[in-house]
Amino acid sequence: MADDFEPEIIVFACHYCAYAAADLAGSMRLQYPSTIRMIKLPCTGKLEVIHLLRALEAGADGVYAAGCLEGECHYLKGNLWARKRVEHVKRLLPEVGLEPERVEMYNMSSAQGPEFARVATEFTERIKALGPNPLRRHGVSPHAAAREAARDVALPDEAPAGAAAPAPAAEAPAQAPTEKGPAA
Amino acid sequence: MITAERKPFDEILELVDGHNKILVAGCDTCVAICLTGGEKEAEILASELRMKAQADGREVEVEHTAAIRQCEWEYLDMIAAKVDEADVVLSMACGIGIQSMAEKFAPKLVVPAVNTNMLGMPQEHAVWLERCGACGECVIGETAGICPVVRCSKSLMNGPCGGSHDGKCEVTTPEKEDIDCAWHLIWERLKAQGREELMHKIRPPKDWSKSSSGGPRKMVKEEAKPV
Amino acid sequence: MTDDGYKAGSNLEKVLAAGKFAVTGECGPPKSADGSVIEKKAQMLKGYVDAVNITDNQTAVVRVSSMASGVQVQQNGVEAIMQMTCRDRNRLAMQADILGASVLGIKNVLCLTGDHMSFGNHPEAKGVHDLDAINLIKMYKDMRDEKKFQCGEEMPVAPALYIGCAENPFADPFEFRALRLQKKIAAGADFMQTQCIFNVPKFKEWMKEVRALGLHQEIKILAGITPLKGVGAAKYMKNFVPGIDVPQEIVDRMASVEKGPPAQAEGKKLAVEMIKELAEVEGVAGVHIMAVEWEEAVPEIVETAGLLPRPAVA
Ligand code: SF4
Ligand code: SF4
Repeated sequence: MADDFEPEIIVFACHYCAYAAADLAGSMRLQYPSTIRMIKLPCTGKLEVIHLLRALEAGADGVYAAGCLEGECHYLKGNLWARKRVEHVKRLLPEVGLEPERVEMYNMSSAQGPEFARVATEFTERIKALGPNPLRRHGVSPHAAAREAARDVALPDEAPAGAAAPAPAAEAPAQAPTEKGPAA
Repeated sequence: MITAERKPFDEILELVDGHNKILVAGCDTCVAICLTGGEKEAEILASELRMKAQADGREVEVEHTAAIRQCEWEYLDMIAAKVDEADVVLSMACGIGIQSMAEKFAPKLVVPAVNTNMLGMPQEHAVWLERCGACGECVIGETAGICPVVRCSKSLMNGPCGGSHDGKCEVTTPEKEDIDCAWHLIWERLKAQGREELMHKIRPPKDWSKSSSGGPRKMVKEEAKPV
Repeated sequence: MTDDGYKAGSNLEKVLAAGKFAVTGECGPPKSADGSVIEKKAQMLKGYVDAVNITDNQTAVVRVSSMASGVQVQQNGVEAIMQMTCRDRNRLAMQADILGASVLGIKNVLCLTGDHMSFGNHPEAKGVHDLDAINLIKMYKDMRDEKKFQCGEEMPVAPALYIGCAENPFADPFEFRALRLQKKIAAGADFMQTQCIFNVPKFKEWMKEVRALGLHQEIKILAGITPLKGVGAAKYMKNFVPGIDVPQEIVDRMASVEKGPPAQAEGKKLAVEMIKELAEVEGVAGVHIMAVEWEEAVPEIVETAGLLPRPAVA
């Protein structure tokens, strides 16, 4: 079954590091799965518990946050806060019947294109092994839901060079990049 | 402020079992400040409940809202329409707010999603310490501003007991965090104030009839009642 | 006040009033309705102590009530010191129980705050703590001397009570400990038993403060002794019992002998040495031997310490 299962994975990526690392991975022509859908944050410190939950509730098979290396957050501790929130969600998930492994926190620098590709591959493998999110429903877009949940904090998408950038916009308008910056 | 902690998820599920339209109602005052029952937390709980229902294959509608203050009826009008539509309201306010909802919207089923636990003071971000038991007759004028009713594990009026050790209460265990002995603190601060003679005096038994032991309390301010 | 000038006229009060060196023991009631346990313990101690403390749900573990067990030891020829904690009763129950105990012939009472519920077998219980030990002492004194209930109402027949208290010389803040005893004396305590003493120098230091305040002349002080059965007991008390100060030398000494009978002999020997040393301290009016679940050690200790026969004061 895992063979024809193409997971949808939402990545909340910090614009200073992971998002740039994705760009780099793209320009380096590194291979990584097309399963990941990015949402750009000014800092993973902006990530809230509800953003992760909304993505999963809408059927995302996995969600992870990718922030700067510990000690190198542009805002000092944003990535540490993100880790705490991810851990909190890990504690909530078993209560509602989902595996805590469906959420994760990763750290990388903007120069680590290969690390970005490695993480995307590793996490995709993990989710493939877990199988689809049982909450997945036809016609509901996890990426759109996650974007909508994070609308006040997310930055507009700009396709990272080359790679698995946002797939064709088959879904809700929230997914469409806007010209303007975040509401803040 | 009043502090509360969310109930275990399983207990919440039991409380709303059999209902298909659930409104999770937060309160944006004390319980929001203690990061337990504000709008944010109401939204999280609602999301969890929806996921659980979906995972179990049940059709359940879960909405969330928040009142500025659930304990005052004036603020409840703003959420009345949502309450109306729900079969059950899962309130995340303190015990006062929950009862205020239950009374205002009676006979609507209103159940608690939190355990209200204390009148506490934030010690640092995300840490609260119990400070007052609303005993109805405050004695801290004689105890250096430290409450012996709730900060002493035995509510002694003439402490410290023989279990006080190195400034810590005997209830302290390796598993629990250190609990300061209130009476040690009182002694030290009275000394710093040059008022240690207050420790020599036998403070009489407390009049607990002023506390909840005297039955439910009521406060009326005649001078301020509407004419 | 009794006709012959005693507060209660208990054996303990008479022995202490006569200036004799008093010996008290301790009996923990059983955790069941087995009446034979206390009977056996009483028979073991009979003739070796002047009175025996009957613990009140000791360490917050439910046992036969101190009143019932107190009556039982008295039926077996040993005078009881009924312990009463503030943890389990409000002021109504504490007054009702002391009237009841008095009617049943109990004359000595020891007023305690009580170990916290969290130490016992019902950690979920509501702690009563309506009064603290000092207010309990005062309430009993007013019942005895003023014939008044705590609320101020009068009663026709007052309970005859010899009122005791406990104090822990090793608790903190150390500088307040003697002052706290002073408060208990002011509240009405007639005698006092200390927490078990292992750190004799620290106890002596505390007694110095007690004497400086003249307290040894106002209250009878019984020094607490606990014979150690082995090094395990020493370590346990050192590390896990709040408020007990066991110096390392004592742990080492118990560790230096073989387990079993040799260790027990060493424990008894140590207890005897300590009794002799404490008896020399000015202001110490007796010893209180707490041989927890080792009552059978008491006769030998009392005998070896040269404290036999126990005085009979008319
Ligand atoms: S003494 Fe009573 S009113 Fe004062 S702080 Fe303590 S519990 Fe509150
Ligand atoms: S150790 Fe201090 S705080 Fe704890 S019960 Fe005793 S007097 Fe109260």
